[in-house]
Amino acid sequence: MRQLRYREALREAMLEEMERDERVFLMGEEVGHYQGAYKVSEGLLDEFGERRVVDTPIAEAGFAGVGIGAAMAGLRPIIEFMTWNFSFVAFDQIISNAAKVHQMSAGAIQVPIVFRGPNGAAKQVAAQHSHSCAPFYTNIPGLYVIQPSTPRDAKGLLKSAIRSNNPVIFLEGETLYGVKGEVPDEGVEELIPIGESRLVRPGEDCTIVTWGRPYYTVLAAAEKLSAEGIDCEVVDPRTLRPLDTGLMVESVKKTNRCVVVHEHWPYGGPGAEIVDRLQREAFDYLDAPLERVTGLDVPMPYALNLEDKVLPTEERVIDAVKRVAYAS
Amino acid sequence: MMVMRRFEEEAARNYAKGKIGGFLHLYIGQEAIAVAATEVLTEGDYIFQTYRDHGIALARGMSAKAGMAELFGKDTGCSRGFGGSMHFFDVERGFLGGWAIVGGHLALAAGTAFKSKYAGEDSVTVCFFGDGSINIGGFHEAMSLAGLWKLPVVFICENNQYAMGTPLERTSPLKDLSIKAKGYGMVGDRFDGHDVEVVQARIGEAVDRARSGGGPTFIEVLTYRFRGHSMSDPAKYRTTTELEQRKQQDPITVVREKLIGLGVQESALDDIDLEVDEEIDAAVQFAEESEPAREDLMMSTVMAPEGES
Repeated sequence: MRQLRYREALREAMLEEMERDERVFLMGEEVGHYQGAYKVSEGLLDEFGERRVVDTPIAEAGFAGVGIGAAMAGLRPIIEFMTWNFSFVAFDQIISNAAKVHQMSAGAIQVPIVFRGPNGAAKQVAAQHSHSCAPFYTNIPGLYVIQPSTPRDAKGLLKSAIRSNNPVIFLEGETLYGVKGEVPDEGVEELIPIGESRLVRPGEDCTIVTWGRPYYTVLAAAEKLSAEGIDCEVVDPRTLRPLDTGLMVESVKKTNRCVVVHEHWPYGGPGAEIVDRLQREAFDYLDAPLERVTGLDVPMPYALNLEDKVLPTEERVIDAVKRVAYAS
Repeated sequence: MMVMRRFEEEAARNYAKGKIGGFLHLYIGQEAIAVAATEVLTEGDYIFQTYRDHGIALARGMSAKAGMAELFGKDTGCSRGFGGSMHFFDVERGFLGGWAIVGGHLALAAGTAFKSKYAGEDSVTVCFFGDGSINIGGFHEAMSLAGLWKLPVVFICENNQYAMGTPLERTSPLKDLSIKAKGYGMVGDRFDGHDVEVVQARIGEAVDRARSGGGPTFIEVLTYRFRGHSMSDPAKYRTTTELEQRKQQDPITVVREKLIGLGVQESALDDIDLEVDEEIDAAVQFAEESEPAREDLMMSTVMAPEGES
């Protein structure tokens, strides 16, 4: 397999799907002539022209709504938010319109649309630009929510999202765009199904469920724990709604312990949902309380030393695993 | 217009009886606008409306039965009991909904118009909203994009003088809202909405312009609702004198007098009234007797089925 960066994998997914289906187009701020604020759409304007790579003014509610209307009429828009922080001004479009109209019309209207862009903290961009948005969107019936951790998952899941007949919230990682990883060779098409988790690392002693940016923190922590004799099994849900708990439940039944590690705030959200489901579905197998390592419950500060405290660290992951393994 | 009027009068009665729940916003007094607009549209065109949506749906050809059954929350309703009064849909006829967040559907209308342009089709989108929508961000962003991209859409502000209970002079520094069009690079128009022929001609101009590639239009139609904002609103913010004055220009009376002036027999018009009464009675009976909304659809319609589409 090839090595591709996360952003290149996303670009390939869009390129392939736009080549395959005339109804697919990309719309957002700076996606065309500027080549993408994070260069995810680099080269697509040259490939497809202004009709299908549409630069917009700064008007998230407007172009999110235009995308939804176009999807209702049969197109398959990809709407790029320069970052998910800016999706809040388009919240009503996503919640009240995209997520509702299929049922409100008794199934007469479909909204095949992907909203995508970087999510979560970058580096020192402070309180308004560091939101980890999964909790807001996973609460809404009528949406799929995907947050891929690797280039391969990013490509395979974005292709599935574009082909879905439903509105998809696609949360990329600003700090993941440069990450390299294996992606199937050119000409080998891989569609990763929405709603399937993945076993990342097999292990016997403790299950760690994680996704997004902390995925890499967890893998590094697992290596260190392994050296200390604690063998962690890592599961990545990849899709946060619908949530596939099958693998994690099986894993917990084997390891009898679990730590959930996520970037978003601790109050509610997919992290709390996973813990709730695991305690019910694997209650008799648990040898320790379920633990979570989360982003701290504060607005993101600017100073680097403080930001480092807020995001999940290897140290916090290692401590949590040791606590549930009664090894500390 | 008579179908709309009798439909809503009957809906109000059944609301009072507890047969209809939720919110019920009546279009009584504004009917000429919906009739006129649908007259100039063709198959393949798209229509969006606010929650005050019964009139336009009926004008576009939805049966009174499908509408009334929806109000009663029945499976035979136009949204199978999932939408209610505020969310009528009739996709086959291009009626893409009643929408209940003020200003939220204008961008959707720009979106269907975007699709028309993208696909090289000559279809047009008509989007209705009230004077209460003009201050919210959704209005501004949809108008901005439609103007920028010269989309084939006609925005029709049905200015019924009140945003719920607040009169226009307390929500807008402008008396003439149509001048806003200029700021969005589109044509503006403004006229009275009680004479169906006038409304039809003027909306027709805008629709023709959109269809022929001339871009969007923002229209302000001056109208008046004879009932409160919704069934729970006794409309104490206006005087009975004002209401009675406005009723002198009831669009139905206006057209009736015009027809009689043209030599139509009154008895012929009375016959139409009787036919409409029967149609609405049948709709109520149909709604009463229909099966309730289906529980199994509740879970299965949250997401659209996957697979080729």
